[in-house]
Amino acid sequence: MKETNSPLLQIRGLQKSFVAPDGTWHRIVDVSEFSLTAGAQLALAGESGSGKTTFLNLIAGILKPDAGMIRFNGALLSEFSEPQRDRFRAHNIGYIFQTFNLLQGFTCLENVLLGMSFGPGADRVLAGNLLIRVGLGDRLHHRPSQLSTGQQQRVAVARALANRPKLVLADEPTGNLDCENSRAALGLIREACRENAAALLLVSHDAEVLGQFENTQDFHKLNQAVAAEAAT
Amino acid sequence: MNIFSIVFRSLRQHALSTAVTAASVALAGGLLLTVWVVKTQSQASFTGVNAGFDAVLGARGSKLQLVLNSVFHLEASPGNVARQDFLDIQNNPDVEFAVPLAVGDNFHGWRIVGTTPDLFQKSAYAPGKKFELRPGGNWFDPARRAAVVGSFVAEKMKLKVGDKFHPFHGLVFDEQKQHAETYIVVGVLKPSNTPADRVIWIPLEGVQRMSGHNPDADTEVSAVLVKLKAGNPLAGFQLDTFYNKQGNRLTFAWPIGRVIAELFDKIVWFDRVLTLVAWLVALVATSSILASIYNSMNERRRELAILRALGARRAIVFAVIVIEAATISAVGVIVGFGFYAGLILIVTQIIRSQTGVVLEPSAFNPVMLWEPAAFVLLGALAGIVPAIKAYRTDVAQNLTSQT
Repeated sequence: MKETNSPLLQIRGLQKSFVAPDGTWHRIVDVSEFSLTAGAQLALAGESGSGKTTFLNLIAGILKPDAGMIRFNGALLSEFSEPQRDRFRAHNIGYIFQTFNLLQGFTCLENVLLGMSFGPGADRVLAGNLLIRVGLGDRLHHRPSQLSTGQQQRVAVARALANRPKLVLADEPTGNLDCENSRAALGLIREACRENAAALLLVSHDAEVLGQFENTQDFHKLNQAVAAEAAT
Repeated sequence: MNIFSIVFRSLRQHALSTAVTAASVALAGGLLLTVWVVKTQSQASFTGVNAGFDAVLGARGSKLQLVLNSVFHLEASPGNVARQDFLDIQNNPDVEFAVPLAVGDNFHGWRIVGTTPDLFQKSAYAPGKKFELRPGGNWFDPARRAAVVGSFVAEKMKLKVGDKFHPFHGLVFDEQKQHAETYIVVGVLKPSNTPADRVIWIPLEGVQRMSGHNPDADTEVSAVLVKLKAGNPLAGFQLDTFYNKQGNRLTFAWPIGRVIAELFDKIVWFDRVLTLVAWLVALVATSSILASIYNSMNERRRELAILRALGARRAIVFAVIVIEAATISAVGVIVGFGFYAGLILIVTQIIRSQTGVVLEPSAFNPVMLWEPAAFVLLGALAGIVPAIKAYRTDVAQNLTSQT
């Protein structure tokens, strides 16, 4: 099934709907065509509620699409069973969340180790090096609660790269940071992805963040579900 | 980082609830172990106590009362045996030797038993074990007012060789009923861990002729301990038939162990109630594991969703919760052994002071293997309900709100 010279990520006719509390179905994602080449860095611009997170969750294999095709590195992710998607995610995807999503009971090092545990396996040296790379070499054994928000986001970046992913998904990664930390975090994410030859797909509604990317795409135009919703 | 590391860190994060839940398991485990060990050990110990004899001959009445009175030195004597009856059984060709006992006096509540030196010199209270005196002591001279004191009485009453005392009439201490006779302690027994440790031994005639006792009965004895010859395996049956079925004046309690076993058979319901209570406590403790983990699931949904987002399969988060529950149980079981050690020590002391029988709490008992296994299994089972909740955790919903 694997094709050569194909993009890292290829999406066609992707749809996802959810049931609203009143029992009606709402289409959240309806993307007819999308692709991303290996090592590329792309920012998707979109406001809250535009389905960006759902789109990233579909790419990560956290959600299964109702219809459409997701091909990742030649493999048909959209046809995978849930355990297959879990394994795929553990080996191929790094995920950076707006709220960091670090485990509070784990130290920085343990959080990073956790990022590789379900995929290639724990590697303490690599985990330590990643934390040193993000400037937290002296915070290896600190708990998230002992770190500033900026430092917590750096741990999240290190964790996202821990499984040597082919694609890093970043969902409003600077949403909880002040301007200075936001700029630093974004620079770090982009540099770290380049160093690790990982593609980066970032979603944000922040014009300053989007302005730092050479390649940006308007998620409103990409996601026809938003346009359809607006029309109704 | 493997699944056990994740479990360990999760338990560490919820240290307080882990400790409280494990403590409740420890209490339940310790209680169950204690009940079980006391039950099995006391049954084995009591049915094994026979003072080195095969049977007891006594007045017509309950065999159990006869054995309790003459072997365990508990209960009142069911009546007296005439001297001729003692001589008859002593001279029976199937009897190796017979030792008379006379009861009816005490010293501050500790039973005084009259006997002959044969008890110490001919009999072995356990295979290969004869009564021994502590250094500096002697066996009593049957012609003198002398006493050999059991080790436990000596310890409690601080009696030593050379001390003098006045016996008191009856089996219950009443300071108004002091006998005029003065006895001197000539020896103190080394601990035998038998009921003999709780007795003050004096010559048979001493009890028989104590001032205030019925002078018409001064040749009678309270019971006769009987050691049968090994050569005739039917001797016990024959004497049982002779005294219990053909005769109607005396009771021949044989074999001693079976009489006590019948007592345990009668109180088996009590064992069952105790065991049931212990298991109920165990059930409550393991239910507390379920409640504790289940209640924490709401706040842990995000953690579980993060694990799933990092690639953990549903089966892994399910296993994390089950192993966590089993681990809490295992920790509780380990601490429970400490609780058991303390509790069994107290119970052993109480049984020893009341009966003279010493349990061996450190001796291996199968419960020490299956109880931990059962508790860990129960803990794991208790973890299944919250684990199902963890299994069903909606990753996308719990990571962040949909946008």
